[in-house]
Amino acid sequence: MNFDFSDDQKQLRDQARKFLAEKCAPKAVRIVLDGKAPYDKELWKGLAEMGFLGVAIPEEFGGAGAGHLELCVIAEEMGRANAPVPFSSTVYLAAEALLIAGSDAQKKKWLPAIASGEAIGTLALFEGKGNPAPKNVKLTAANGVLNGVKKPVADGAIADFAVVAARTGSSGRDNDISLFLVDLKAGGVEVKGLTNLDPTRGQAEITFKDAKAEPLGAAGEGWSILTRVLDRAAVLCAFEQVGGADRALEMGRDYALDRIAFGRQIGSFQAVKHMLADMYVSATLARSNSYYGAWALSTNAAELPEAAAAARISATQAFQHCAKNNIQVHGGMGFTWEFDCHMYYRRANAMALGLGSLSYWEDQLIDRMRKKNAA
Amino acid sequence: MNFDDTPQEAEFRATARAWIGANAPKQYEDELRKSSLGRTQLKNANILEVAKAWQKKKADAGWACLHWPKEYGGRGSSPIERVIWQQEEGPFGKLSHMFIIGHGMCGPTMMAFAREEHKRKYLPPLASGEKVWCQLFSEPAGGSDVAGLRTRAEKDGDEWVINGQKIWTSGAHYSDYGILLTRTDPTVPKHKGLTMFFLDMKSPGVEVRPIKQASGASDFNEVYFTNVRIPDHQRLGGVGDGWNVSLTTLMNERMSIGAGVATGFPELFDYCSSLMLEDGPAIEDRAVRSKLANWAVKASGLRYTSMRAISALSKGERPGPENSIGKLVAGSMIQDVATYALDLQGAAGVVSGPEDAEVAGRFQAMLLRAPGTRVEGGTDEIMRNIIAERVLGLPGDIRVDKDVPFNKIPTKGRG
Repeated sequence: MNFDFSDDQKQLRDQARKFLAEKCAPKAVRIVLDGKAPYDKELWKGLAEMGFLGVAIPEEFGGAGAGHLELCVIAEEMGRANAPVPFSSTVYLAAEALLIAGSDAQKKKWLPAIASGEAIGTLALFEGKGNPAPKNVKLTAANGVLNGVKKPVADGAIADFAVVAARTGSSGRDNDISLFLVDLKAGGVEVKGLTNLDPTRGQAEITFKDAKAEPLGAAGEGWSILTRVLDRAAVLCAFEQVGGADRALEMGRDYALDRIAFGRQIGSFQAVKHMLADMYVSATLARSNSYYGAWALSTNAAELPEAAAAARISATQAFQHCAKNNIQVHGGMGFTWEFDCHMYYRRANAMALGLGSLSYWEDQLIDRMRKKNAA
Repeated sequence: MNFDDTPQEAEFRATARAWIGANAPKQYEDELRKSSLGRTQLKNANILEVAKAWQKKKADAGWACLHWPKEYGGRGSSPIERVIWQQEEGPFGKLSHMFIIGHGMCGPTMMAFAREEHKRKYLPPLASGEKVWCQLFSEPAGGSDVAGLRTRAEKDGDEWVINGQKIWTSGAHYSDYGILLTRTDPTVPKHKGLTMFFLDMKSPGVEVRPIKQASGASDFNEVYFTNVRIPDHQRLGGVGDGWNVSLTTLMNERMSIGAGVATGFPELFDYCSSLMLEDGPAIEDRAVRSKLANWAVKASGLRYTSMRAISALSKGERPGPENSIGKLVAGSMIQDVATYALDLQGAAGVVSGPEDAEVAGRFQAMLLRAPGTRVEGGTDEIMRNIIAERVLGLPGDIRVDKDVPFNKIPTKGRG
């Protein structure tokens, strides 16, 4: 049994960590946090040059052709650094959808552009309140054009193209939904930025008025493709969440060692020690669940749906738990804009909703466990 | 990343599987599989006798205490082979329960500190289960603070005279030998005045009294010592060095990996899969599903954490500290799981008799036994301290008794 990343993959992790420590210090994240830039363009360029954007994209489409374990390793570091770039929407959602369902021409058009940092992509799925479900998709597609409104769309305001879920039938079944590719810079698309929990990753409302669209994958296959994309993204996001949880735990631990109150390090009080120990417990459970997700993702195992849901739930809980208690360990200073704690708190809570909320994934997990037991 | 055996591991697994298939007491397999925390007896057989017979059979064929050296009754196996054996032994591994303390703690302590002739005499029958050992550390005044123990050992010629009381001694009532931590010098700070021995539990002056636990069962004992004499050659480690010796014992306890801690989740998932509530199947109820999902990811998180440790062993590396979370997570989880299973039963959940209760009262038994899991082998609070200090590097608790002679430490909180 070798349920661990290889030495090469660990080396890649060190490389990514070093790169992000230099190029993505909290100071740099704050430029986006404070609204002075929509995302960190320099960092995005650097990630492309390092080969990180296309690490799991095959060489024939301009990527490094490494694999998804390598992408997991990089995702963890992106989460640790709280990177203010559209990595998850472009790489986990748009690129994965193209890899699963794109025609050769579509892959040739967009994947090399993603790998080189020239194109930002996203997934336009949600239409207001609610979790992923075919019945919540109201936007229509007919005669090659889309009409409707999507919100929130992650990184929608800076994206060049979007994978859009649209209604092409009214039978009440999953095959009413089809996917489309839309060039967001073309006509018929209106984009409005939305103030959101985590300003380091933008959210937008996109209105499609007779916007030109080309089908992605077969008609009526949209929901089944989407489910697979969401599962794959759930594992990759889990690694970002694990990275973020670990960083929040480290920040809390370091502060508990440095801060003196009542004449002693606050980390010598059991109330504080035990809070940090519990954070370590959730971070560890999340890491182990995510490793299993990584294995399932990289081998396309039949276990992927269940593994992805477990990783998603565990990592969401761990990041939220570590981020909130990191503020608690810091006390009043943790509640200032100046300290970095709130950046992780914001990211943790925004990520908890991005692919569907916790209750949605809980429901999915039980469904999938039942299916496995029935099989 | 893969879950495959190496060729050597696969070969070992095949050999183990074949032997277990041909030799295990299959008539108890189903019952052992269904046993859970608080409900571990066999219906028509004495589980201690079945366990001893299985252990002896394993020992005769060279499958006992795999990681011990051959000359002491083991197989000289690698840590990963031990894990593979546990996986293959499956439900029959539950029969090893009565030997866990002896094999996991007493044996390694003897190996590290006993004289060679003692090792050759005492270890093989310990490995084969013919002799059962217990560990006499905890006292009424020394649980989490085990170094606060008060049982006295006083030198008299070539012997030591023991007086005092131990408590929470698992299996003392069927044990042949024990390792015993005593205070030999009360005038020095508490960690410095301790000495370790091993002794025959049939020695004159040893009295074992079972404790009736809060669950109603009796797995533990009080052990009283009245002028019990132990020869000096049964001392383990130097006089006053008992604390260091006991750390070896406890370290071995925490090194055991792969056995899998009970969480109660598989039982609850099974139960909910067939349970009907007023509005339909429990498993289709949103609130039930949310609870199940939260426990599912804890159970799977523990399972994969242990796989990470096994992978380290397979590569010949030392596992990281992440395995220390197992008992802490599983202990309170099984308590919560049992509580919830009863909640789903409504008023009927109060009935606990196996004949009348839901699913033969397994969750009621689990509920009543669960508080003990959060205390034994290190309380939840001690486990959190261990994680905070040894894994996260936080400072130790401030100890007001650290440099105080033991006999000057206050013994009463009020009055």
